[in-house]
Amino acid sequence: MEKTTENKKKSLSIFWDEFSRSNFLVIILAIFTGILLGGVLVAITTNEVYAAFRESIWSGLGAALRTAWNTYVALFTGSVGNPERIGLAFASGDQLAIRRAINPFFESLVQSTPYIFGGLAVALGFRAGLFNIGVEGQIFIGAATGVWAGYAIIGLPTIIHIPLAMLFGALGGALWGFIPGLLKAKTGAHEVITTIMMNYIAFRLVDWLLKFPMKDPNEFTPKTPWILETAKLPRLFDTPIRFHIGFFIAILMAVVVYYLLFKTTWGFELRMVGSNPNAARYAGVKITKTTILAMVLSGALAGMAGANEVLGVNYRLLPAFSSGYGFDSIALALLGKTHPLGVILSSLLFGFLRNGARSMQLAVGVPIDIVSILQAVILAFIAAPAIIRTIYRLRESKHKEDLVSLRSWKG
Amino acid sequence: MTTTTDAQIGQKSQGILKLERRRRITMGVLFLAAAVFIWLVFATDVEPGVETRFMMNPGGGSAEAADWVFQSLPYLNMIAGILGLLGAFQIIRGFGKYTYGVLALVAILFIFGFLTWATAGGQTNLAGLLRVMVVRAVPLTLGAMSGILCERGGIINIAIEGMMLTSAFVSTVFASLFNSLIVGLLAGIIAGGLMGLIHAWLSIKYKINQIISGTVINIFATGITSYLSSKYIQKVEFQYLNEPGMFPQINVPVLSKIPFIGPILFSHNMYVFAMFFFVILLTFMLFKTRWGLRLRSVGEHPKAADTLGINVHRTQYMAVILGGMMAGFGGTYFSLGSSGRFDEVMTAGRGFIGLAAMIFGNWHPVGSMGAGLLFGFFDSLSAKASLLQVPLPSEFIGMAPYLATIIVLAGVIGRGHAPAAEGEPYEKE
Repeated sequence: MEKTTENKKKSLSIFWDEFSRSNFLVIILAIFTGILLGGVLVAITTNEVYAAFRESIWSGLGAALRTAWNTYVALFTGSVGNPERIGLAFASGDQLAIRRAINPFFESLVQSTPYIFGGLAVALGFRAGLFNIGVEGQIFIGAATGVWAGYAIIGLPTIIHIPLAMLFGALGGALWGFIPGLLKAKTGAHEVITTIMMNYIAFRLVDWLLKFPMKDPNEFTPKTPWILETAKLPRLFDTPIRFHIGFFIAILMAVVVYYLLFKTTWGFELRMVGSNPNAARYAGVKITKTTILAMVLSGALAGMAGANEVLGVNYRLLPAFSSGYGFDSIALALLGKTHPLGVILSSLLFGFLRNGARSMQLAVGVPIDIVSILQAVILAFIAAPAIIRTIYRLRESKHKEDLVSLRSWKG
Repeated sequence: MTTTTDAQIGQKSQGILKLERRRRITMGVLFLAAAVFIWLVFATDVEPGVETRFMMNPGGGSAEAADWVFQSLPYLNMIAGILGLLGAFQIIRGFGKYTYGVLALVAILFIFGFLTWATAGGQTNLAGLLRVMVVRAVPLTLGAMSGILCERGGIINIAIEGMMLTSAFVSTVFASLFNSLIVGLLAGIIAGGLMGLIHAWLSIKYKINQIISGTVINIFATGITSYLSSKYIQKVEFQYLNEPGMFPQINVPVLSKIPFIGPILFSHNMYVFAMFFFVILLTFMLFKTRWGLRLRSVGEHPKAADTLGINVHRTQYMAVILGGMMAGFGGTYFSLGSSGRFDEVMTAGRGFIGLAAMIFGNWHPVGSMGAGLLFGFFDSLSAKASLLQVPLPSEFIGMAPYLATIIVLAGVIGRGHAPAAEGEPYEKE
């Protein structure tokens, strides 16, 4: 009897031992700590909290907790939906009311979709030891080529038009990734700088395209024409739910990237170039080819993010249409440990946060930018697990915790 | 034994020689291409007898300085000829250590050729263009120098943008609160230094990849400044926190009265003069003092530096904090030097362009200022694109500096010019 409890205790402590060394726990704690700090920030920037503190410390602390709690409740109902409202809607049986009540959840998925594409793009680059900061520009170009295929190519059936328009988006992004890839492989020009430069070129090019060649002649301001019905990614529900099949395409791409990276020889070579280029060279891997191809695929995924937005959500291209998806993608890829499944999860997390934050801003007046702050803090914790391990007194990991292996400007 | 090592050394130096030769020829071809471009595109487009008129006074008018009028075609041919000669000499002999100076000359001549063509049959306010160029170069050059400080010590800094943005915000609030530009300036510099400290802490103590650490700071800075800005200083009841005022324009006695050059160089607010001052100071400190030698040795070969008794980590902390302060100073330019208020994301990517200017300028303060001026010029030109005689969209003029950066990075700099130990955390054995 005594022995079994001891055994049990022992096995429990072994479990805790293993668990506290795992990266998974660090991620959970990083997200938890980030959200906690976000709550603190919200509390210390609220006037009512200060007013309450003037009364007494306890009422001040209570007000602080209440403020943080209300904020996150608003965030939750904004991103998932209000459970009470959903229950009432289902009880009433009114179709429109039901759709309105569950809309926040699906809107969060819509918000997550470009993140998945973008996160995959950055993650694929990281696996090859490349830092693709150019996702933002590739998204712009992909959106431009995608929308062009959506309105300019006429007379196709939906079943061909949609894949073709997505392909155009992918090709546009791929071209924008190909140039830095080629320069990196052939001349050693560091991709961080070239992709930043390509971003600015893309912004200006798309500005120009919208003003002249692609401008809708019937409009006064720079906008493209609407895409044709046959190019629109089908929506799965009636208004107001905007959820469309782009989400499933994104998941499919994650599976494809997973298969490519971990189940094919080429993926193995790519990861080898990323983790140890010298070893890869001695093993006979063609570094030039792998580098270029990795950037092309990364750009193509980013281009699909752009195409997904114009074909699934906006149906036309407006100036400054991307709200920083490309830069967020960097954080998401790292948060997801550059693994396709991780990217999906982190994209969902931030899709929900960002969507929720919008209604939170309206409900409790906390600016949406809190999401960027959370993103940065969580990313810092995940990139430096030692901080989390110090705070929570966890044990050192047995594995090396290098997030990615990137080389400096020297290339 | 000795023979093999000798042979190896021979082989290695041969490789380096080959690389040098390739770089020399690439540069020469670039010069020749500029000459041919002027000849084929600009000169063929200009009718003989057409005149170019440059106004030499920023405010317009020709009272202080007479307009500069000349025949367009002969000038274009002359520029193309000079560029061709420079290119030929570069390919055959090479300019050696003067190569970068000659590159700057080629860039100036090419731009002059472009302007001559674009103004043919009309007029352009050259002085106004150059004056705005100097102003626009300020944040880029200061950002580049922040990068140089960090990277000469072996720490990559892509967080210049975030450091600048933070400092722009902090300086606005403090200057408004204390009703003092100096307090705002100091607060901004300290804020930049603190961001530098975070960057150093993450990348030296916790050995996070330096590019990721920089990304964290950039995202954080965008988030926190926008958050606090929309929570407070953009609201009416807190409007008094967003009225910092601006540094006044200083007209340097005597010098600002020189026609043409005076208004371009000597009649600005203090940021322009500070830029020149810091470029000279940093060049001197980096290359003429023991401090600079130590800093550079840490960036090139930390192990050797350590062996000689230099505290590598302390030097790096110092470099990154100083770099942050420099970016902080540059950040205050946006609020206290150019707009007199804070707006969300007001740095608009200038920090990244500063980074490009640093690389373009080969990790040297003077070179970076040259690159900053070049970028500033295109910035200034794209704002005036509609006034030119040629139908060139401002978007394409705006692209030029980025294209130029890519070309120079790929063709001329490529690998190997950055501090050798950059990006790798140093671990003492």
